[in-house]
Amino acid sequence: MIEWFTIVQVSVAVAAGLLCVILGLSGRKPTDLSMGATALVELLLIIQLVIAIASPAFGNNPSGSLLEFYIYLISAVLLPAAGGFWALIERSRWSTVILGAVCLAVAVMVYRMNVIWFVQGA
Amino acid sequence: MAHDTLAPPTRTRARGIGRVLIIVYAILALGATGRSVVEIIEKFDQAPFAYTLSTLAAVVYIVATVALIAPGPVWYRVAWVTITFELVGVLTVGTLSLLLPELFAKPSVWSWYGMGYLFIPLVLPVLGMLWLRKNR
Repeated sequence: MIEWFTIVQVSVAVAAGLLCVILGLSGRKPTDLSMGATALVELLLIIQLVIAIASPAFGNNPSGSLLEFYIYLISAVLLPAAGGFWALIERSRWSTVILGAVCLAVAVMVYRMNVIWFVQGA
Repeated sequence: MAHDTLAPPTRTRARGIGRVLIIVYAILALGATGRSVVEIIEKFDQAPFAYTLSTLAAVVYIVATVALIAPGPVWYRVAWVTITFELVGVLTVGTLSLLLPELFAKPSVWSWYGMGYLFIPLVLPVLGMLWLRKNR
């Protein structure tokens, strides 16, 4: 894991989550904006996955449990895709709220991943 | 319980704001399951009681998620049972974790009323019950 990238990622996920929740509660159906924000969160997760796979080769090893780290990471990667897809089956404002909820959950999970990598067991 | 002979067509409860509830349940189920799998594989002997509870909670969250999505009176009842179980669980374990902290050397989903999960385990069953009452 790379700390500055993780900070960027959590910030983007929180911002995207709040944006989608606010848009949804104010009655907007999913638009390019809310879907785009969720897609950005997903893209950053995939980059995070690549970083995680490559890191040990550069001597950057987790201080905590690698198994726990990957369970969080894989769950997080699945969330925006699954949540986004399921939300779009019914295109209502609640679908936009779902996108927001998923992004906020990703933010929490990435924060936990950061704790596992840098703090847990250190 | 009396049933109408002309039962309304079974509709899924997975619509509108109910979808938000279900997705939060699904996320909690995913989180609790993932965590309990790690705990059992890596450190079950450290706190068997707390980790068994974590696993039980995870299973109940999965069943509740399915029951909220699936239509029909049977699943409706399953949803009530699982959600009630969750509320009782989070209140009981939450109280025990304050009174007998030595039982909970390692935290479970429900320790300290679900504080490690932003109190979502405490709030969610209440919202679930309100939702179920409105959407037979």
